Amino acid sequence: MGFAQAFKMAVKSIFSNKVRSFLTMLGVIIGVGSVIAAVALAQGSTKQITDSIQGLGTNLIHITIMGRNSNRNVTYDKLQEFAENNKEEVTYIVPQINGNATVKVGTKTRNTSLIGTSPEYEHMMSKHPQAGRFLSSFDIDYMQKVAVIGTAVANDVFEGKNPVGQKIKIDGQVFKVVGVLEEKAGGQDQSDDDQIIIPINVAQRLSRNSVIRNFTVQASTPEAVDSVMEKLNAFLTKIYGDENAFLVLNQAQILSMLDDVTGIMMIVLGGIAAISLVVGGIGIMNIMLVSVSERTREIGIRKAIGAKRRNILIQFLIEAIMVTGIGGIIGVLLGVSIIRFVIGSIDLITPVYSPFWILFSFGISLAVGVVFGMFPAYKASKLNPIEALRFE
Amino acid sequence: MIRIIDMCKEYRMGDTIVKALDNVSLHIKQHEFVAIVGPSGSGKSTLMNMIGCLDTPTSGTYYLDGKEVSKLSDNQLAEIRSRKIGFIFQSFNLLQKLTALENVELPLVYQGVRAKERHRRAKEALESVGLGERMHHKPTELSGGQQQRVAIARALVSNPPIILADEPTGNLDSKSGEDIMKILKELHGKGNTIVLITHDNNVALQAKRIVRIEDGKILQDRGVD
Ligand SMILES: Nc1ncnc2c1ncn2[C@@H]1O[C@H](COP(=O)(O)OP(=O)(O)OP(=O)(O)O)[C@@H](O)[C@H]1O
Ligand SMILES: [Mg+2]
Repeated sequence: MGFAQAFKMAVKSIFSNKVRSFLTMLGVIIGVGSVIAAVALAQGSTKQITDSIQGLGTNLIHITIMGRNSNRNVTYDKLQEFAENNKEEVTYIVPQINGNATVKVGTKTRNTSLIGTSPEYEHMMSKHPQAGRFLSSFDIDYMQKVAVIGTAVANDVFEGKNPVGQKIKIDGQVFKVVGVLEEKAGGQDQSDDDQIIIPINVAQRLSRNSVIRNFTVQASTPEAVDSVMEKLNAFLTKIYGDENAFLVLNQAQILSMLDDVTGIMMIVLGGIAAISLVVGGIGIMNIMLVSVSERTREIGIRKAIGAKRRNILIQFLIEAIMVTGIGGIIGVLLGVSIIRFVIGSIDLITPVYSPFWILFSFGISLAVGVVFGMFPAYKASKLNPIEALRFE
Repeated sequence: MIRIIDMCKEYRMGDTIVKALDNVSLHIKQHEFVAIVGPSGSGKSTLMNMIGCLDTPTSGTYYLDGKEVSKLSDNQLAEIRSRKIGFIFQSFNLLQKLTALENVELPLVYQGVRAKERHRRAKEALESVGLGERMHHKPTELSGGQQQRVAIARALVSNPPIILADEPTGNLDSKSGEDIMKILKELHGKGNTIVLITHDNNVALQAKRIVRIEDGKILQDRGVD
């Protein structure tokens, strides 16, 4: 008996019991579909974060101050001193406070992200105003309540009017809009265009969390990065007397941390996938065993008219593989449509289609068929023809 | 052709042992037409299963075409069933999901015959039992007599030298039963060896030899004129 024949038999048997076959496949469909979608989501968001970090240029160094610290502006002041003393290697030191704020103009309100920073932020991050101006050192020195807003905010709360010069309420306090940023992400919600930038010291007061924990240092050249990092480490250790009170990272280190996170995410995904496929496989084994006992008489008849053990084994095995294979294909389609229509509709993330994962999860579904179909198929092939024929 | 020597088949049911076959010796030559008769539970089906290589005896030897069957492997037994033996059962034993034609093709599938050839031969077999018209019907769409004729077509499609029929007319009315007997006699006429199990004396009398069996033992073995 050829494979083509066994194949035909399997098709017949699967399609003669469509509902059951579909339910049997469900575990595999969900397993494969969710793996593909989850991988696309994970890789898509990782890629986006990676891209935005890489977009910042290679000569940036990030400082994070950890733990409790009561020396309010000591760090910022001292770092400014540090920059002054290392002029030839350090271009800028920019403080940053990140948070969320509710803005209000008239009756329109909106939640957006709030960045408190210094004027140098404009050049370091290339965030230039398309109208009005960016923050100035005057704003910092006199703690002016001024704001530069992204286009998503501008379009929403100002509804097409020119925002520059207008008043805007940020967390209940009145600010003046001095500039609108150039559009970078199509004006989408929650993108780089959905933010509002105010002077660092104003942000400190607004947030009541007055310690600045984040700084970005721009080295003058990529070659200077290592030396600046070394000096920063020494300098900060002297201030805090503790190497663990702060973190100094360059872009490569951040990317490699990101890689670690992605790696863990992939392991978790793989685990979930493995579990769901095993569950699917057990379901398949279960149904196949039921099917073997239901079809005992059929097996007896086939054996009586000349089927060998191998023929029966192959028949049931191919049936199992085909169930999981079709389940795998439907799962792939499901995964790809989730990517396209669900993840794709969230503009925040551009999903990454990974042919490797698609083929891999399909391959796994076939393997599940082989592994979990083997036992029922073997059982079928071992049936004694006489007993099988007596079976009602 | 068929030579059975001192064959026993025992079934253990808890503490008691049922001797379905008790020292049976039987010799059937090529081109014979043998009817096996006996009361219910006497061991007729057990004997037929032995002849058909579906079951293995507890003791005794069985030579089929000079080969000792008890020494063969599962695969070799399947091969013998496939090449040498055609079964006809009282309860037809057709596959319900397949059409008459597909049922008849099945033995050829396991012989590895190509689809076209298979088709042609299955059609021929169905025509020879007068079912050319009903090829594409499923068993549930056929009468008992028609189903049994499909089963006969399936038994003879691979041209086996031996046809084993276990009460082929048991589930049929007398008219359909006669049709079946006519086909079996024709097959005998063409040179097949036929072993027929029956309760019905009239049916048995149409064979050339009658073997009477009771409690697993052969009581009588005689020719019919
Ligand atoms: N699998 C089995 N397990 C236990 N006992 C069995 C088994 N198969 C057959 N027997 C016993 O063996 C004896 C012979 O059975 P067999 O089926 O050969 O009878 P039979 O002559 O064909 O009867 P009938 O005319 O009713 O078909 C019976 O007593 C039966 O109960
Ligand atoms: Mg019987």
